Amino acid sequence: METTEKTPSLVKMFLKKMLQNKLACFGLLMIFLIVVLAIFAPLIATHQPNVMDTGATLLGPGQDGHLLGTDNYGRDLFSRIVYGSRISLIVGLGAVAVGSVIGILLGLVAGYFGGWLDSIIMRFMDALAAFPFILLAITLMTVLGTGLINVIIAVGIGNVPGFARMIRGQVLSVKEELFIEVTNSLGAKQARIIFIHILPNCLTPIIVYATMNVAGAIISEAALSFLGLGIQAPTASWGNILKEGKDYLIVAPHIAIFSGMFILLSVLGLNLFGDGLRDALDPKTRA
Amino acid sequence: MKVNRLLKYTAKRIVDLIPTLFLVAVIIFMITRMIPGDPASTMLGPQASVKEINNLREQMGLNEPKLHQFIEYLKDLVHLNVGYSYVYKRPVVDLIMERFPNTIILTLFALVISLVVGVTAGIISAVKKGTWWDYVFTILSLVGVSVPVFWLGIMLVLFFSVELGWFPSTGMGDISLGFSDYFSHLILPGVTLATIPMATFSRITRSSMLEVLEQNYIKTAKAKGLQARWIICKHALKNAMTPILTVLGMQVSSMLGGAVLTETIYSWPGMGRLIVDAINKRDFVVVQGTVLFLALLFVLVNLAIDLLYKVVNPKISLGKVAK
Repeated sequence: METTEKTPSLVKMFLKKMLQNKLACFGLLMIFLIVVLAIFAPLIATHQPNVMDTGATLLGPGQDGHLLGTDNYGRDLFSRIVYGSRISLIVGLGAVAVGSVIGILLGLVAGYFGGWLDSIIMRFMDALAAFPFILLAITLMTVLGTGLINVIIAVGIGNVPGFARMIRGQVLSVKEELFIEVTNSLGAKQARIIFIHILPNCLTPIIVYATMNVAGAIISEAALSFLGLGIQAPTASWGNILKEGKDYLIVAPHIAIFSGMFILLSVLGLNLFGDGLRDALDPKTRA
Repeated sequence: MKVNRLLKYTAKRIVDLIPTLFLVAVIIFMITRMIPGDPASTMLGPQASVKEINNLREQMGLNEPKLHQFIEYLKDLVHLNVGYSYVYKRPVVDLIMERFPNTIILTLFALVISLVVGVTAGIISAVKKGTWWDYVFTILSLVGVSVPVFWLGIMLVLFFSVELGWFPSTGMGDISLGFSDYFSHLILPGVTLATIPMATFSRITRSSMLEVLEQNYIKTAKAKGLQARWIICKHALKNAMTPILTVLGMQVSSMLGGAVLTETIYSWPGMGRLIVDAINKRDFVVVQGTVLFLALLFVLVNLAIDLLYKVVNPKISLGKVAK
């Protein structure tokens, strides 16, 4: 008699692990809500985010039809926070895209070719990593100037060394695998070996790392905007709303409280989801 | 013999640092000189005339060829000259040396809080695994690593300064007015800066302790009837310290970055405040000098922690590493 017991596929095992992890599900829910806010901002926002109403400044939550109150220019806080989620997500994803693309390319080259090229690239990465993240972004922003694209570049560059180091480590182990030797002996071109055979086998830890880095990028954008270096008013970003709220802390604390809460919840959501993703993808914890 | 090997290893690590330090200087030079945009016009702002911009460019040596600028820049660095502030009318090194002790006080205070509270919370979480103590500390540490320090700082000011009036909201305090005045000014910025490292240490200690508590020698110690407190402090914690030391370097880096934001919120007169003031005054020479200084400091702190790691962790063979 043959036993026909099926082993569950890796995808099913991964999904099962993710669904079992309540904190990761909670994180995913928070990410989902932030993404919904960002995509459907024009439908969800109750007011135009930049329209001022000098007769309704610094209103508290729930007053005069303003769900979270108003700011010092009478702009609806809820609507500004809803639109601010777009900036946070764009910077979060954009900066990680910039950092990962450059970092992965450098890490692949360093890990695959080794030798002097590896030494030069990794020394450069070590030096870049020597800068406290936010300080590197601040330095770049003082030279580049404010604006969305510059924030993405500045935060993205800070992400490069982490991705490069991680992918290099992966490449060093994957390139020793038998299938790479076979592909090599069959005469495959180096670019094909690197991008078709090595890169897909290095992506799992990169996905987890990228998720965590989106959270870091959101905080960095908020920090830069808080310092007045990132997104400039009247464009709403969580960081510059918080910056304005700081000046009205005694008379209108709701501005600082709510804008910061959204930063915290989105970052917490991404971190919880990232933790869950790491556990689910870790072969040691697979059932 | 072991001391000799440690000295050799230290010397090797210092030599290894030279290219990194050189590249740190190169990166700062590249950022400020190679990227599109004119530092002189950035400093003077959009109202400045062409003549004013040209004059400042001349003073800063920006009209010279890039290679010449780079050599001059390196020469200045060797002489510990990181530039001259045209806003403060003082050498940047003087400004750094004036503010540096304040940042160190704040960072060390925050480091002590984060280590004491974070490690203690991690130990309690691990020892009382599955109890509500564990859940509370785990949730707090999850929130702690996600909280933006600049928001936390504002919330602490709102609650402890504005609402309760317990602590001053800004400034550094005056030691001549007594230790309590100085200390009360240090509490809120210290706690703010300590939060993320505290949460990280708590998480690391918990997972490390859980691993160690499962080891046979701990079970043997328990079987021999040793007191639980003794087992935890003397045997388990000692061996769980290695991962904590590993993340210590990264945390110091994040604290140096976090100090910029914390000092801004609390008007703490340190390096971070210096950088932010310099940004607002468009004094980019101060920004680049201060950032360079902090990056070099970070490299040296990491070296110190790496050496400490080797001393504390007997499993690592210095002989092999030093080869």
